[in-house]
Amino acid sequence: MQNEIIRVMLADDDEDDRLFFTEAFQEIKIKTTVTTLNNGIELMNYLNKEDAVLPHVLFLDLNMPGKTGLDCLREIKSIDRLKNIAIAIYSTSASDEDIEDTFVEGANVYIKKPHEFSTLKNVLSDVITLNWQYHTSGLNRDNFLLSI
Amino acid sequence: MVHAAAILLYISPKNIIFRQMKLYLKFDINAVCRKVLQEQLESLNLNYSILGFGEVEINNDPNSETIKALYQQLNEYGVSVVESHKSVLVQKIKDAIVEMVYSDEKLSNAKTSAYLADKIGQSYGYISNLFSDVTYTSIANFIILQKVERAKQLILTNELTITEIAWKLNYSSVAHFSNQFKSATGLTPSAFQRIIDKRKNAHLNKRA
Repeated sequence: MQNEIIRVMLADDDEDDRLFFTEAFQEIKIKTTVTTLNNGIELMNYLNKEDAVLPHVLFLDLNMPGKTGLDCLREIKSIDRLKNIAIAIYSTSASDEDIEDTFVEGANVYIKKPHEFSTLKNVLSDVITLNWQYHTSGLNRDNFLLSI
Repeated sequence: MVHAAAILLYISPKNIIFRQMKLYLKFDINAVCRKVLQEQLESLNLNYSILGFGEVEINNDPNSETIKALYQQLNEYGVSVVESHKSVLVQKIKDAIVEMVYSDEKLSNAKTSAYLADKIGQSYGYISNLFSDVTYTSIANFIILQKVERAKQLILTNELTITEIAWKLNYSSVAHFSNQFKSATGLTPSAFQRIIDKRKNAHLNKRA
């Protein structure tokens, strides 16, 4: 299990955010492969293919045209094949209420996009490390909530 | 198992003069490996089953010396056991931590390192370095994680108040407990409880 590579996926319509995200993971200790998709529609088209390789952790930008992150979250949670993917909401800003609502909808992690690259790296590292602990230590995923 | 048909004999005229013979062999690697495993496992009187390529189950709980001998004997054939000594130790450390967190006996925090060192039979310095190497986290963080996970379970049973949970998990105060919960999850214990309750209700409403 030590050599397992964590599959990370991001759906975000902002090109810069996708780039920073991918670069941050290159500098993180845990081995990952990162796939990015340009919006919610592209994401759901990918996930809905029966033979799609599913990510261990999916990062969703909230504000995307066509299908928002919340639309994707609801859709994913209603499909048995997809509902166990850990979901991290990745958004610029939010009230405590918004955060709670996405958790209630089934998100595991809520990340407020940091402005500094170094902070982003730390935040993503924390998320992926904690997810790894759930993955390798038999913890109850239903209780996996992290607001960061 | 090398079948006769698989042995290609090539005898060069030159070699005949020196009465030498060159054999070209074809191996069934699977059968060879199986045979090696069988011989080595049997030589140590182990009750085993070969589950597939590269996987063996040993049924009679062997002592550590036998295991060591097996590793050594297999090593001579270039066979090494993948499940490393390290990951076995890490699992033991995790088990000991879980046991500690879930026991109702109170342990003072200062004694945690001594408890683990004693339980594992290695110095705390050694096991904490090893743990960090393999798990991407530290023993200290793993203990906090386990405590917070247990707190979550206790919160969800609705049987204990936050104060009682803090006391049960050996926190010095409710504030200390709430702070640690908040720094580990980003949520207060009561927000956590509210979210999970709402999730359950949303689920029930969908079904109804």
